[in-house]
Amino acid sequence: MAKVRLRDLAAMEDKFVFGHGLCPGCGVPIMLKMVLRASDYPLVVANATGCLEVCSSGFPYTAWKTPWVHNAFENAAATAAGLEAAYKALKKRGRLPGGDKKIKIIAFGGDGGTYDIGLQALSGAMERGHDIVYICYDNQSYANTGGQRSGATPYGASATTSPAGKKIKGKLQWRKNLTEIMAAHDIYAAQASVSHWKDLYSKAKKAIEIDGPAFINVLIPCPTEWKTKTEDGVRLAKLAVDTKVWPLYEVEGGKHKINYYPKKEIPVEEWLKPQGRFAHMFREENSWMIEEYQKKVNEDWERLVKLTKL
Amino acid sequence: MSEIKILNGNAAIAWAVKQINPDVVAAYPITPSTSIVEHIAKYVADGVMTTEFVTPESEHSAMSMCVGASTGGARVFTATASQGLALMFEILYIAASLRLPIVAGIANRSLSAPINIHGDHSDVMAGRDTGWIQIHSENSQEAYDNIIQAFRIGEHKDVSTPVMVTMDGFILSHALQDVVVEEDEKVKNFVGERDPLYTALDVDHPITVGPIDFTDYYFEHKRSQMVGMENAPRVIKEVGEEFKKEFGREYGFIELYKMEDAEIAIVVLGSTAGTTKIVVDELRNKGKKVGLVKMRVYRPFPSREIVDALSNLKAVAILDRAMSPGALGGPLFTDVRSSLYESDKKPILVNYIYGLGGRDIAPKHIEEVYSRLEKIAATGKRGELLSYINLRE
Repeated sequence: MAKVRLRDLAAMEDKFVFGHGLCPGCGVPIMLKMVLRASDYPLVVANATGCLEVCSSGFPYTAWKTPWVHNAFENAAATAAGLEAAYKALKKRGRLPGGDKKIKIIAFGGDGGTYDIGLQALSGAMERGHDIVYICYDNQSYANTGGQRSGATPYGASATTSPAGKKIKGKLQWRKNLTEIMAAHDIYAAQASVSHWKDLYSKAKKAIEIDGPAFINVLIPCPTEWKTKTEDGVRLAKLAVDTKVWPLYEVEGGKHKINYYPKKEIPVEEWLKPQGRFAHMFREENSWMIEEYQKKVNEDWERLVKLTKL
Repeated sequence: MSEIKILNGNAAIAWAVKQINPDVVAAYPITPSTSIVEHIAKYVADGVMTTEFVTPESEHSAMSMCVGASTGGARVFTATASQGLALMFEILYIAASLRLPIVAGIANRSLSAPINIHGDHSDVMAGRDTGWIQIHSENSQEAYDNIIQAFRIGEHKDVSTPVMVTMDGFILSHALQDVVVEEDEKVKNFVGERDPLYTALDVDHPITVGPIDFTDYYFEHKRSQMVGMENAPRVIKEVGEEFKKEFGREYGFIELYKMEDAEIAIVVLGSTAGTTKIVVDELRNKGKKVGLVKMRVYRPFPSREIVDALSNLKAVAILDRAMSPGALGGPLFTDVRSSLYESDKKPILVNYIYGLGGRDIAPKHIEEVYSRLEKIAATGKRGELLSYINLRE
């Protein structure tokens, strides 16, 4: 892949522009700036109901300078698949507006719309082999509706439907490993983070270039629901990668590849501590939760490393 | 030249879809509409159709794909029934609100529970407020003809509204009947090409589809959605007239059968209209002044035509093949009764629920209804407002 320089990217036209209402410190616009620039072709966006949809399309305004379709919460993948079917049909029949040109259909959904309610539609679209890219912007909760737990919410986190109470200490289940679920569809599946823009850009470019389905799961810092300072977002996304909470890797042709090996061991505590949603885990009587967390992160990492050697 | 084929309702709908060859078909199998999808799959596999045929993992995704494809400017068809239609419900509203002229072929079937695969109108009647135009068919011929007209009606710029064409599950979907099929070229020319006002695939003119409205715009948008439905009667009429000119068969909002001097009548939709016609003929032979009003277009509801047809009668029975629990009567009944409210003269109305879960309705049952209507007309006494036909109680 050709070398990518930030100043070249900065000179490119934004397709997602100012005027959106996403929270200060939200990682979604950072992700979009990279992904939308990674395409050599015009993109048509299908967007699941969620933070991005609500904050970018308040009628009569729009933050989108590329065609954008919002249908419902659980069906961004199916909507994208429908757009792709229309594209193929109209291209074949010479009725594509503006003539026969290459277009790519891309879907964006949050973790609620992807891990949970939209998983069936996503799985179906990937299995059918539509030429679409699906990007999950994973901010680890139903942030649009005020921070309820999702299948992506990490162990221990206090969410409004899994609050840390006197008896129950937040969410007591481990998060769903969606990236592996998608990899099991024998497609290009990758995990990326807004903190590592080059990696994200490259993965997006690769996914867009693939003639067929591709999936990227991007960790998105959410100061509002992670209960952190707004300026800490990207730093926390980076810490998630460095503590191995969110490994950067990709699965291509059935092969796992870790794209970034953290240079030194950083305890998971460093990632948990700045986030208010984990505050209860730092009380002495709950310290076992941090130990459990570390243990699971280590196990998951070891498993991932093993997969790269298959 | 047109020719006569022996087709069941599903095959008749699939035949029309084959001739129209839409850009995209996204559909999921469900009894009793499955073979519509299977026929289309075979046509595509054999290269007879060049449609992008996609097989989603659920009806919810099928309708979601239809919405995606239709925003992209494609002409789109799907088929479903019963639980499948119910699973689509969330997206049926979105398709109508986004003004997408998707056409759906529905083989009417009951809703669970208990699960039952046979024909009744519970599925489509539950969909009457989704914003879709609803056209019902009495037989396979009408199903075929209605599909051809549906694309013209829905895609008309003044309408831009999705259309469901329905027929009774099994009774029509699986029964072989003579169907006059028209020449491919004639059907293609009649339907023409979809020419959407906007499309999400026009990357040089990007549009934002499906934005969020707050309290400041939602109401206006919902009101403007009604304009399509308000314009639909004019377009349904025009398309029906053009269809008659081209193919010789006449279609309106309702069909009046021996209503000229009728004193009592039944209002019904779907295949039961055919059974009722036989009974009307028999009773007419006996000199009784009976008639039938068959509903073809249920949404938009042809209130004016209903008032004109019924207001001078003495007694009328409205037959519903669906329940509306907690309401005054079945859906068709409440619509008919509500339409007559504005009329100075009105007949005595009674409502019957019949045929749920595919329960037979035979000529003798319909005769019983007419015989009761005769008594009501003679005495002016109505009795029970709501009754059930062929039900063990």
